[in-house]
Amino acid sequence: MKTRYSFGGDEHVYVEIDEEMSLEAFFIALSLRNAVAEAEIPGVTEICPANASFEVRFDPDVIAPEEIMARIRELEHKAEVSDKRLETRIIEIPVYFQDPWTHETLMRFRERHQDPTGSDLDYAARINGYDSVEAFLEAFHSQPWFVSMVGFVAGLPFLYQLVEREKQIQVPKYLRPRTDTPKLSVGIGGCFGCIYSVRGAGGYQLFGITPMPIYDPTQTVSYLKDFMVFFRPGDIVKWKPVDRAEYERIEAAVAAGTYTPRIAPVTFDLDAFNADIAGTNANLMEALNGI
Amino acid sequence: MAFKVVKPGLSTTVQDLGRPGYFHLGIPEGGAMDRFALRVANMLVGNDEGAAGLEAVFMGPELTFDADTLVAVTGAEMPIFVDGEPREGWSAFVVKAGQTLRFGFLKAGARIYIAFGGGIATPLALGSRSTYPIGALGGIDGRAIAAGDVVPVGEATTMTERSLDRSLLVPVSAPVSLRVLTGLYWHRLTPACQARFFADEWVVAPEADRMGYRFRGGSPMEFVDREQPFGAGSDPSNIVDGCYSYGSIQVPGGQEPIVLHRDAVSGGGYFTLGAVISADMDLIGQLQPNTKVRFTEVTMEEALAARAARRDRLAKLRAALA
Repeated sequence: MKTRYSFGGDEHVYVEIDEEMSLEAFFIALSLRNAVAEAEIPGVTEICPANASFEVRFDPDVIAPEEIMARIRELEHKAEVSDKRLETRIIEIPVYFQDPWTHETLMRFRERHQDPTGSDLDYAARINGYDSVEAFLEAFHSQPWFVSMVGFVAGLPFLYQLVEREKQIQVPKYLRPRTDTPKLSVGIGGCFGCIYSVRGAGGYQLFGITPMPIYDPTQTVSYLKDFMVFFRPGDIVKWKPVDRAEYERIEAAVAAGTYTPRIAPVTFDLDAFNADIAGTNANLMEALNGI
Repeated sequence: MAFKVVKPGLSTTVQDLGRPGYFHLGIPEGGAMDRFALRVANMLVGNDEGAAGLEAVFMGPELTFDADTLVAVTGAEMPIFVDGEPREGWSAFVVKAGQTLRFGFLKAGARIYIAFGGGIATPLALGSRSTYPIGALGGIDGRAIAAGDVVPVGEATTMTERSLDRSLLVPVSAPVSLRVLTGLYWHRLTPACQARFFADEWVVAPEADRMGYRFRGGSPMEFVDREQPFGAGSDPSNIVDGCYSYGSIQVPGGQEPIVLHRDAVSGGGYFTLGAVISADMDLIGQLQPNTKVRFTEVTMEEALAARAARRDRLAKLRAALA
């Protein structure tokens, strides 16, 4: 890894573990981020982890910029040797693919797209070499995804597909971002999947929508009563395709306060994953069957 | 105590000094864009500097009061009227029960701050009353104020009218200079492009809000050639999605720089070329569209000196109003 340090103005240190995305870079960023948090350096006010980087906000009235950067560098060696294992959870997220609402949106912003003649799904399937939309969706949802970052807007997860790099789906973002995206749309941009936690602007290709809220500032949704944001980095997601009837059933259950997401505790070990991707994924998904 | 919103203005929101600590989940700090103006407004009416007030952009609201209330208006220059009688900005004045506070046309700056003795007393959301409309959080139901809203105000500690020695304020000179510390992905730009960024004159674009200020009129970016890293996306302005900091400058597609402000998105896939220094963030909140701006390169030492100067100015005001 080629770790790079830079100041972001006079209140931030930016630490880029690697220019390219990999789970190795994610785990080193996570370990170093944790080491900085545990060091309880005076003047550090917040640490924001990203996919292969993180940023430390500090108060320069309390600690000099050069000093905080030096303190973080000192911790780097620790992070490189630490365990790449995470006690986490796998969550089943129901998705209604090819739903009417995201379809209406993506057609409305067609002139901002690389391929104005088709849908986002047709385009993504074609450029990733799939014969049909069905085969593409199967590749999209059959294997789990890893939450490598939470952010952009409130509680939005960035997801990294847990498959060999050559099998990872990649798509460009819209040529010009849309000014509207339905709340809870499921999409992908670059190699990252996402769930739009709120309605708003966005540039990812849209494939479907989930009935399961992941951000609730009113904290009335039953499983968001303790905290308004559902996802945290390290969560693992398994998409579950649902039809319109099932989508509406879940939506009603959420409203009635009777919906419980399917979640199971799991351990994710990066070395084990790299040694046997199919086997590791099978074990992860098996955990969901036990609940 | 409370005031009632007769007319809301264009986009008037409850703001305090924000909710730090949740940016790692995509919830920005938020709070007054011009922190200095909000702090002084609160000092004038005897509040804690971080009490919640109203931030109104380009156009003031019209408010009626159910009890005598000490009010101060700071920030942008905008005529102030109480039942049609003019009042001074940067001063504390009493609005009596039943009277109406309203505003004339904006003369300079972009945002006024209205402080109320006792402070706005809407419920706290994650430790702050600041409105974050994208996340429907804080303020009045997570949105800008609307006609008919009744906004609660806390217990005032004083009803003493007073004004501020204007010589303690620093006028904004044209063209505006925004001081920048380069860094982050600055190395993605060619040396010629780096020089042009600071040499060019930019203007504030109409797309300028609490999330960020967009600038246009300067030269497009020119990138150092490279093979794009895995996961970044194919445009040379793309990176593997990383964190964005407050004040950071991104240039989507290499065309128009955007300086992220208090309601910043917390991360994304565009390169950033550096950040506006903390001492100049308030100033951005007072820029109108079409304002001419130059970006000026500074060192960390200069950034910290500007920060200290700003702190000293606030300390002087605090002493003057104690």
